Amino acid sequence: MKIIFQSLRVYLVLTLLTGILYPLAMTGVAQLLFPRQSNGSRIMESSKLIGSDLIAQKFENPKYFWPRPSAADYATVPSGASNKGPTAADLKKSIDERREKFGPNAPIDLLTASGSGLDPHISPEAGHSQIPRVANARNLAPEKVSALVDEMTEAPQLGFLGEPRVNVLRLNRALDQLR
Amino acid sequence: MTQAGDVNLRDFLQLALFVAGLIAVTPPLGRFMARVFSGEPHFLSRVLTPVERGIYRLSGVHPVHEMSWKAYAVAMLAFNILGGAVLLVMEMTQAWLPLNPQHLPNVPFPLAFNTAVSFVTNTNWQAYSGEATMSCFTQMAGLAVHNFVSAATGIAIAVALARGLVRKQMSTIGNFWADLTRGILYILLPLSIIITIVLAQQGVVQTFADYPTATTLEGASQQIPLGPIASQMAIKQLGTNGGGFLGQNSAHPFENPTPLTNFIEVCVIFWLGSALVYMFGLKAGDRRQGWAIWTAMFVLFLAGLAVLWWAELQPNPALGLTSASLEGKEVRFGQFNSALFATVTTDASCGAVNMTHDSLSPLGGLVPLINMMLGEVIFGGVGAGFYGMLMFVLLTVFIAGLMVGRTPEYLGKKIEAREVTWAVIAVLAPAVMILCGSALTMMYPAALNSLNNAGPHGLSEVIYAFTSAAANNGSAFAGLNANTGWYNYMLALNMFVGRFAIIIPVLAIAGSLAQKKASPPSSGTFPTNGAVFTILLISVVLIVGALTFFPVLSLGPIVEHFLMQAGRTF
Repeated sequence: MKIIFQSLRVYLVLTLLTGILYPLAMTGVAQLLFPRQSNGSRIMESSKLIGSDLIAQKFENPKYFWPRPSAADYATVPSGASNKGPTAADLKKSIDERREKFGPNAPIDLLTASGSGLDPHISPEAGHSQIPRVANARNLAPEKVSALVDEMTEAPQLGFLGEPRVNVLRLNRALDQLR
Repeated sequence: MTQAGDVNLRDFLQLALFVAGLIAVTPPLGRFMARVFSGEPHFLSRVLTPVERGIYRLSGVHPVHEMSWKAYAVAMLAFNILGGAVLLVMEMTQAWLPLNPQHLPNVPFPLAFNTAVSFVTNTNWQAYSGEATMSCFTQMAGLAVHNFVSAATGIAIAVALARGLVRKQMSTIGNFWADLTRGILYILLPLSIIITIVLAQQGVVQTFADYPTATTLEGASQQIPLGPIASQMAIKQLGTNGGGFLGQNSAHPFENPTPLTNFIEVCVIFWLGSALVYMFGLKAGDRRQGWAIWTAMFVLFLAGLAVLWWAELQPNPALGLTSASLEGKEVRFGQFNSALFATVTTDASCGAVNMTHDSLSPLGGLVPLINMMLGEVIFGGVGAGFYGMLMFVLLTVFIAGLMVGRTPEYLGKKIEAREVTWAVIAVLAPAVMILCGSALTMMYPAALNSLNNAGPHGLSEVIYAFTSAAANNGSAFAGLNANTGWYNYMLALNMFVGRFAIIIPVLAIAGSLAQKKASPPSSGTFPTNGAVFTILLISVVLIVGALTFFPVLSLGPIVEHFLMQAGRTF
């Protein structure tokens, strides 16, 4: 009996420390030091929320760059992946359909759905592969759009971490401002 | 122009930095842990010792009161089971508790039960998506607390085992409450604070605000999930828990937004497991005892990574892909960081994922399965990796003793029938649970409705679930719909047995060895601090694993590999 009360007492004290004080203190510190990041890296336009830097948006209009496919159709609460294995017939069907949509030489990231279902990035190659469509829909010179894609390409972090990538939402916003 | 699927110089740079970081932190962290758990002063004493005393006073603990192995086991079990009961009640009443900005309903019993067992056992198997199921309060005051206490429990057991191995003719192995408190206060909490701050700077969310709704560029509404995520990510990785705040875990940009956060998240998974092995060497008075075990772990890690990475770079004829697949992977991480994360998270009992393992290639998915089936002894869960590997060490010493015809000894202590029996129970219990659980599931038609893939991959999904549960990993071939009565209860049973059917034998061995005399090494003693021992240990781990699991693996991932090569789909 004694061990039961002892266990509960320790559990409550440790809950206070690790489950209440720690997250509250961390929230205070994060909100103070990094208010933009801790609130979801929001993008505002004239006080209207238009999205997050880190969360992919669905784009279907030909005048925009399109993000990677999302198995949950870009749902956010919750998001999801296909969880299809390497011999799944329906994955092969999806890949074939995406090849129709993005062209026979589409890079691999446009043929496959992401793990988060909300991958905000595409590879630079995936950006370049969409330039003819976007430039055509906007009546812009392809060279101009291509220069923008290059400008928006992020190098591996610190020069060697991760992969080169383009944030689709940021690219599309820059495109809208191009005029 | 580079293609996904190419190997770049920076991949090797990242690997080199990962390894260098691991080797660099191991000795200082191990030395620090040795001081902490023997109650010696260290650089955090001045600030935190008053807090430690305050915790003991508030909770009525006498930290110097030494416990026998049985008393230690009873305290550990009572604490974990009662903590799990509190968590269960919290989940089932969250609608009436504070900090529920999304007004999420109470969690139904089967799921709440599964989740409580899952977090108590350091598994963090998740049959739900956090952002749509668990309130902020449940996440931080329930789930995150168990991230800390289950990790600290693992560390405490490892420390108690190290004491048992080193002590001579003593009947006690330490005080559970002191070991638990010190692990949290001096190790888990300070490191978590540092990690949280770096993650938050990089863009991991940390707030209690409700989910705002954005209007996208194309005019659709998009709800943005938020929460106190960064503070939970830190302990989730460091404590090898792996339970994500969000359903898509470390693939989700709010849990893991940049290559740098990914690198930190993958690095810290190994740190405490590695440092504990070093600490053991220090305690044993011969650091080479620690390094011999560490090297076995490191070799197994590199071998697994090489196979998984290679397998992921191969084309897939069945899907008509001529380059490496990115299904289930994120562009910012690419092939190498996805392969590294998948290897590390299953070497350790972490289970956090930065890609969906279900979409790994057949041989790529084989590696996480084998890592878990070997008992997660490759650095392993914090504490659990060390004490799990020590069971294999005892078996190795026993087998070596049989070969040369002498009584086996380890650190000068005779290893006798009693210790070997307990060690065999600890090694075989998870294997029995994995094989029986999977077999029963395959015979139960209703359970097969949960499969997301057909053909051999469907079998792999079931085997993966039971392996992940019994090994207390928590990652998944997540296509399997595990939120059903069958899987919630069966996997909870697997998780419970997989945790405590190892811990109890470990404590029994610790108690038994603490009572023994240690004799100085003689010419007939088999040395356990050199390369021969390391090779023998690796062989024993692999042979036990292969003999137990090769048949079932050949029906799942291995046959799928050949069918994929032949272009078959299901």
